[in-house]
Amino acid sequence: MSTDNTGVTAETVKKIARLSRLHVEPDRLAHLADEMNGLLAWIEQLGEVDVQGVEPMTSAVEMDAPLREDVITDGNVRDKVLYNAPKSEAGYFVVPRSVE
Amino acid sequence: MFTAERVADKKDWLSGRDHDWEIIIGLEIHAQVASNSKLFSGAPTAYGAEPNTQVSLVDAAMPGMLPVVNEFCIEQGVRTGLGLNAKINLFSRFDRKNYFYPDLPQGYQISQFEFPIVGEGEIEITPEDGEAVVVGIERLHLEQDAGKSIHDLSPNETYVDLNRSGVCLMEIVSKPDMRSPEEASAYVEKIRGIVRALGTCDGDMEKGNLRADVNVSVRKPGGELGTRCELKNINSMRFIRQAINYEARRQIDILEAGGEIDQETRLFDNAKGETRTMRSKEDAHDYRYFPDPDLLPIKITQAYVDGIKASLPELPDARKARFVSEYSIPEYDARILTADKAKGDFYERLAKGRDAKIAANWMMGDLFGALNKAGIELDDSPVNSDALGELLDLIGDKTISGKIAKGVFEKMLAGEGGANEIVERDGLKQVTDTGAIEKIVDEVIAANAEQAAKVADNPRLIGFFVGQVMKASGGKANPQAVNEILRKKLGG
Repeated sequence: MSTDNTGVTAETVKKIARLSRLHVEPDRLAHLADEMNGLLAWIEQLGEVDVQGVEPMTSAVEMDAPLREDVITDGNVRDKVLYNAPKSEAGYFVVPRSVE
Repeated sequence: MFTAERVADKKDWLSGRDHDWEIIIGLEIHAQVASNSKLFSGAPTAYGAEPNTQVSLVDAAMPGMLPVVNEFCIEQGVRTGLGLNAKINLFSRFDRKNYFYPDLPQGYQISQFEFPIVGEGEIEITPEDGEAVVVGIERLHLEQDAGKSIHDLSPNETYVDLNRSGVCLMEIVSKPDMRSPEEASAYVEKIRGIVRALGTCDGDMEKGNLRADVNVSVRKPGGELGTRCELKNINSMRFIRQAINYEARRQIDILEAGGEIDQETRLFDNAKGETRTMRSKEDAHDYRYFPDPDLLPIKITQAYVDGIKASLPELPDARKARFVSEYSIPEYDARILTADKAKGDFYERLAKGRDAKIAANWMMGDLFGALNKAGIELDDSPVNSDALGELLDLIGDKTISGKIAKGVFEKMLAGEGGANEIVERDGLKQVTDTGAIEKIVDEVIAANAEQAAKVADNPRLIGFFVGQVMKASGGKANPQAVNEILRKKLGG
């Protein structure tokens, strides 16, 4: 995040909401933009810390990813997988049509 | 940023209204890792199972599930990277690529964005009708496949099967180094040969285990790069060439009409042979990548990489070079015979202890010709290497001539039996008995006395007599013996 942040606009909020499939009433956009800018300004305080020569951290624990062997230990639980689906048929999830 | 310095061969330029055009092509190949279980779960990956039976709660993205990396997939990524002569990154990391689609239950795909496991590399390709070209590899990263959406089971709904969800893919990204449809398909062919030789992916394009996204743009030869379109998920060499040809012409038509190319994702309709808009620019995804907090970074050691390097099998390029030196066959033949592992193995079995050049000719000419015509893969050939070898041995010891052998081969293809059996049954053994040949020669000379008298003045006429004698013997006379006897008698 650069420090010369030009700020979040109502337009940015609208775009993020669309990408996240969230419905936001138009009269809320400006307010949300203000709140996000507040959050970003707060985070910008981190810019005061001198991180010269410090490797960027990927996780909070100093360890590598645990790995598993390539063996089949799971699957064949279709009932559980489909249990919460609003609609299923013949073993498939059924959702509103996603193409025209 | 991509640059594209090489200018296409003139033969690959497309003609335009005011000037010629060249095509700039880059490819993203998705190759499914040949693992038993998925990248982050223990669910199986086998093809063709009942819907949603190969799905764990991790693959279905149930809350609270934690992905755990399959070490075999990491190893295959490294192996493939080594096969692409690429830089292996000892530190790599998984990121989330966010987008919504019904067959992506997590709402993001776990992929590698900033720190892929494999960096830059390069391979050499040789298109069917052109010079060798070096194609740069930009990167190889590991990622999850999505599920499958089926749109034709209901008019108003989409059916979703998550069996593929979470299967490990290697995405191999090329630099925009290809300039013709033929170069693009030769590149895919080459990558396919490499992953199959390495055993990291089975390369089955029909099942979608290896598929390509093709980026196409056009420009004035050597000029400024144009805007590109991405053609999604093409799964055959022929379709790749067709799609590029169609797309390049479409873009040229737009540009020549004074229009602009929209950067967009297009779908190739292989029934109609055309491309059409899939996602337009307004919908262009902003994937908002960030490191996956559920996964720790992947750290491997140089010793681990060296261990894998030491275990690599012979790759197609090395095999090609060995075929040229060991069997003394032309580079062209060696390239075709090492295009995939099955061909190379077949050839080595066939050539062992035999005339290597004749073996190559028979495989590439008669055998491949017949298989192509019948649409059969080499693995399913009705004539295997032992059977073809038996036939070549009969030519080698002069039991039959090469010409007779062609007929015997046809019968072998038709399932009439082995070479010896057919030659025996049909009485095709070559006549090498000079007495018998002399008798036929005398008969032919007697029947063509006028011509015979002219041979002394016109030695080329001897060819006519060789033909007549061979014909009279039913092709069974040894051509060398026929030649010698004719020359002696006619003085040609």
